Amino acid sequence: MALLTRRQALIGSLSGGGLLLAGCDRIFQGDALTMSPSFLRVLAAAEGWTRSTQRFLLGGGAMAHEFKASDISAKFKANGTLNPGGEDYDRQVEEGFANWRLRIDGMVTHPLSLSVAELRKLPARSQITRHDCVEGWSAIGGWTGTPLSLLLKAAGVQPGAKYAVFYCADNLDGEPSKGGEQSPGQYYESLALVDAVHPQTIIAYDMNGKPLEVAHGAPLRLRVERQLGYKHAKYVKRIQLVSDFRHISGGHGGYWEDRGYEWYAGI
Amino acid sequence: MTSQDAGSVGLDASKAKRPKAKPEVIYRHAMLVRLTHWVNALTIFVLVGSGLNIFNAHPSLYWGQKGDEYDTPFLALQAFDTPQGPRGMTQVGPFHFDTTGVLGLSRQGGELTPRGWPEWITIPSYTDLADARHWHFFFAWILVINGLVYLAWSFGSRHIEHDIWPTRADLRAIPRSVIDHLKLKHPTGEAAKRYNVLQRLAYLSLILAIAGMVVTGLSMSPGFDAFAPWLPQLFGGRQSARALHFLCASAIVLFIVVHLVEVVLAGPINEVRSMITGRYHVPAEHD
Repeated sequence: MALLTRRQALIGSLSGGGLLLAGCDRIFQGDALTMSPSFLRVLAAAEGWTRSTQRFLLGGGAMAHEFKASDISAKFKANGTLNPGGEDYDRQVEEGFANWRLRIDGMVTHPLSLSVAELRKLPARSQITRHDCVEGWSAIGGWTGTPLSLLLKAAGVQPGAKYAVFYCADNLDGEPSKGGEQSPGQYYESLALVDAVHPQTIIAYDMNGKPLEVAHGAPLRLRVERQLGYKHAKYVKRIQLVSDFRHISGGHGGYWEDRGYEWYAGI
Repeated sequence: MTSQDAGSVGLDASKAKRPKAKPEVIYRHAMLVRLTHWVNALTIFVLVGSGLNIFNAHPSLYWGQKGDEYDTPFLALQAFDTPQGPRGMTQVGPFHFDTTGVLGLSRQGGELTPRGWPEWITIPSYTDLADARHWHFFFAWILVINGLVYLAWSFGSRHIEHDIWPTRADLRAIPRSVIDHLKLKHPTGEAAKRYNVLQRLAYLSLILAIAGMVVTGLSMSPGFDAFAPWLPQLFGGRQSARALHFLCASAIVLFIVVHLVEVVLAGPINEVRSMITGRYHVPAEHD
């Protein structure tokens, strides 16, 4: 796996290249510990503690705070892929996404394929929320879209399905500011059903009253307000219901998850 | 000098035979205080190091709910290209300082790299938000559990009430204690058997600062915010909470610096030994 290859490369460069592990680290060995997969597994146990605690606290379906229109960021930072490009996507942009389809399949009774126009005819939800990036910044935006619970109800989730996996049209090259693993890959995300059917989880097509811009995920992006920005997949073209995501891509349930980030991004 | 020297001239016949009076040894730190002290020390070391690595993913602080590259930070550590080459700049409010080599731009693996804090202070040393977060949240749990164990024991055993909470007499002695500290004069004899007022206030502040770290940290969690939206509001918003998280951590680092200086001044061997074995050699009274 790419992650291990990079760790091995780093270990190689740090020991073989004779690079200086600075200051305290010589005594503390923080880098060596970080590069040890078994030690990282111990640290990663905290994700489970956090998830269980937050699931307990949010058990009653608590809602993310919604803001006033006057709170909306004048300019909202676009992150990750700013334009997926490619022949197919460029054509979709020219066509105003008239031929974009959102497929819902996998463990559902009635697989769906919906155009953006069809989604717009369905009952919608609008919410002004704060977008919290894992990097630390926040921006406030207004979003309108179809509640995912509505779509899942229409598709009929089969018993045994546990996760919704979101497949996106963008291939991301990483984000240097984050450091760590930066290998390119197809963007995807996944949510537990409890988050997928939360009232504020919507497939958004409008941002601040206007159709989504390309940089913000046109024509459709996921909003899952109680988690960090990287869960909010952009350019969504397919939602697959699965019982397990270990066989999908890197096996950790998302582009950033495959590069070491927490699958449960509530913190 | 031993305490026997004073005022005992000619009265104690056996004194000449006695080689040297043994210092009085008291049991100063309970097992639980010692244990939670060292767990806390390691935990804060890791949390500061990994926290600064996380900070480096977006080395700017804002006030309010929101803040990104389109907003004006009140503190930022950034690299800029100048005619003289890339420079690391620290922005505090309207002021800019060239901090090349340390803040904003410093060597990572030997090469000048844009990064808020330098590699010798972050955990891991290289920029890696994902792994720094794993370190941070694992040890954040340890900090909370360790802190709760300490507080439960300290309230239950009245350690807080007896040893930490300042008495009225303590508060009246603040000016005196400040002067003593400035003169680097440390309590001896009976006075050394209890925490002086500045110690009490410093330890109380540390407890409050750690509680502050936890609540400002939780305010940054979008999940926790859905549970308690009033919490980030209390601090003026999520970005204010992030800024206060950083400022509170700075206060803790300042505490640690002063704490370590005091340990060295008060007799490092005795002080460190007492925090390991619990036994403290009471400094004899001066003449």
